[in-house]
Amino acid sequence: MRILIYGYGNPGRQDDGLGIRLVERLEEWSVLKGLDGVTFENNYQLNIEDAEAISDQELVIFADASEEEIDDFCFSKVDGKGKLSFTTHAASPGYIVKLCHELFQKEPCVFLLHIKGYEWDFKEGISDRALVNLDRAFEYLTPILEDPTHVIGSPGHLKLC
Amino acid sequence: MAQKITIEPVTRVEGHGKVTIHLDDNNNVAESRFHIVEFRGFERFVQGRPYWEAPVLVQRLCGICPVSHHLAAAKAIDVLVGAGTGEGLTPTGEKMRRLMHYGQMFQSHALHFFHLVSPDLLFGIDADPAIRNVIGVALEHKDLAVQGVMMRKFGQEIIRATAGKKIHGTGAIPGGINKHLSPEDKESFLNGPDPLNITKMLDWSQSVLEFFKDYYQKNQSFIDDFAAFPSNHLSLVRKDGAMDLYHGVLRAVDSEGNKILDDVDYQDYEQYIEEEVRSWSYMKFPYLKSLGKEKGWYRVGPLARLNTCDFIPSPLAQAEFEQYKAVTHGKPNNHCLHYHYARLIELLHSAEMMEELLNDPDLMEGELVVKGTKVKKGIGLLEAPRGTLFHHYEINEDDQLTKANLIVSTTNNNEPMNRSVNCVAHSWMDGKQEITEPMMNAVEVAIRAYDPCLSCATHALGKMPLDISLFDADGKLLDRKWDSIE
Repeated sequence: MRILIYGYGNPGRQDDGLGIRLVERLEEWSVLKGLDGVTFENNYQLNIEDAEAISDQELVIFADASEEEIDDFCFSKVDGKGKLSFTTHAASPGYIVKLCHELFQKEPCVFLLHIKGYEWDFKEGISDRALVNLDRAFEYLTPILEDPTHVIGSPGHLKLC
Repeated sequence: MAQKITIEPVTRVEGHGKVTIHLDDNNNVAESRFHIVEFRGFERFVQGRPYWEAPVLVQRLCGICPVSHHLAAAKAIDVLVGAGTGEGLTPTGEKMRRLMHYGQMFQSHALHFFHLVSPDLLFGIDADPAIRNVIGVALEHKDLAVQGVMMRKFGQEIIRATAGKKIHGTGAIPGGINKHLSPEDKESFLNGPDPLNITKMLDWSQSVLEFFKDYYQKNQSFIDDFAAFPSNHLSLVRKDGAMDLYHGVLRAVDSEGNKILDDVDYQDYEQYIEEEVRSWSYMKFPYLKSLGKEKGWYRVGPLARLNTCDFIPSPLAQAEFEQYKAVTHGKPNNHCLHYHYARLIELLHSAEMMEELLNDPDLMEGELVVKGTKVKKGIGLLEAPRGTLFHHYEINEDDQLTKANLIVSTTNNNEPMNRSVNCVAHSWMDGKQEITEPMMNAVEVAIRAYDPCLSCATHALGKMPLDISLFDADGKLLDRKWDSIE
């Protein structure tokens, strides 16, 4: 299975770098595990060319920091049917999925991992509280990557917000 | 009773903006303002940090145009380490930076036109917003939308190959660059499979210009008349008057083309440019000292650059430049929506420059860095996609930054954006008792022409990108609503 794990955020803004830190850890872990077929990507934010990047994947997991009222993290399906943000040059995951479908006629299975963050100043480094959430998200995601067939089409595996 | 209407945020611009329009008792526009949250605190934050960190630190400002900040800071640090003011680098150092910069310019201009502006042109600014967006473009003009995606991707790949990585790129270092262009990257950019090669990028850059010119021919009065007003214009130009987006001297002209700043060294910018603070906006209002606050404001960006330069040093863009200049009979162009026309000529120029650089052997070999004698003050300017970007740093004996002053492109365009909003507000809202969605979009069309970057860099989920406030005439908050992106 072709899998893309895509973290985005600005690591120069403390917990905004949660998604990127997670992807870095997962990449190190995948090397140790010898996982095949998984691509890792990081960027400041999603943008239109990511519609092309996800078009040849079967499973895509976006990872981002979150200020939502959640305990630690959540894992939700992205289908491009909800509200599609187009307010800035940055795009939402749903927007990318929708654009991928319209431009490339592809519909990869896409999820978004929201990791709760707390500090957003001009500093490097994840806050201690957010690191706990990062650890939990990592532990949640690794079994999925070892056997991704279980998550596709199985709502029971979601940890909804 | 007078009314105050707040439109927040402004959509399809970088980050967040807020527009307030004050109506008088007759429902005519009394006053309008465009408010922006700027990079508060950053200039203080960098104080005490080692100077060599600046080109990487400044990328924390903004995830939208980190390359522009990276290179402007690097140019300032070049001065600090005695490596010259943009002309003292090795051929490899300067040309690799230029390639990075043209990659940034190319992807930014492509994204702006195809995905932020084309919905207004293809569907009309008063069309249903449900279709007046890039998904609508994808449905009805798929080829255009795909071109936008792939041109943006090509530019991003150029940045990756020169800056080293997408996040916190480290390509530009004090006095030069940290790597050569790899043979594999060069081959891929020049001869890679369609569409990701420079030949296709040149082809598409020309075709999108033709698309715009055809639109202009059919909609000339709209493009010419929308929020048009005379202004001064400022940018860097090469010493011989050519357009140069990476380095040059500061030139400013008035609305008739008379020179106000006659090719001055930007290390002396403080002698010529002042910034005014106004109580209602976090963003300052720069102006030319010689003309004062009332008359010294100016435009920057593509429109200004094509007004200040004498010619464009690449053949295809020069041919387009000559057609463009003929529209205003050689005089400066003061039409707001001609920003798009000018931007597309710069898109073509950027593609030509990338092709020239990719064929230059200096990128593959040669010294990367020069060193000199350190000084205490360094100023770096370049022409970012949105306009002239100023980075000014000073250091102490311990190599720590003691001062940072940044004038970003959008700050330079603060007054003209406000005036554009005011033009549209009067044209569309005078005498109206109801503010419709097309009216609101007309205001945004004016702002979008400048492609402002209002980003605060943090974009985490639930970060309240939508914040709507409604005040009465006495300044009392009547209502406030939040929304968040998916």
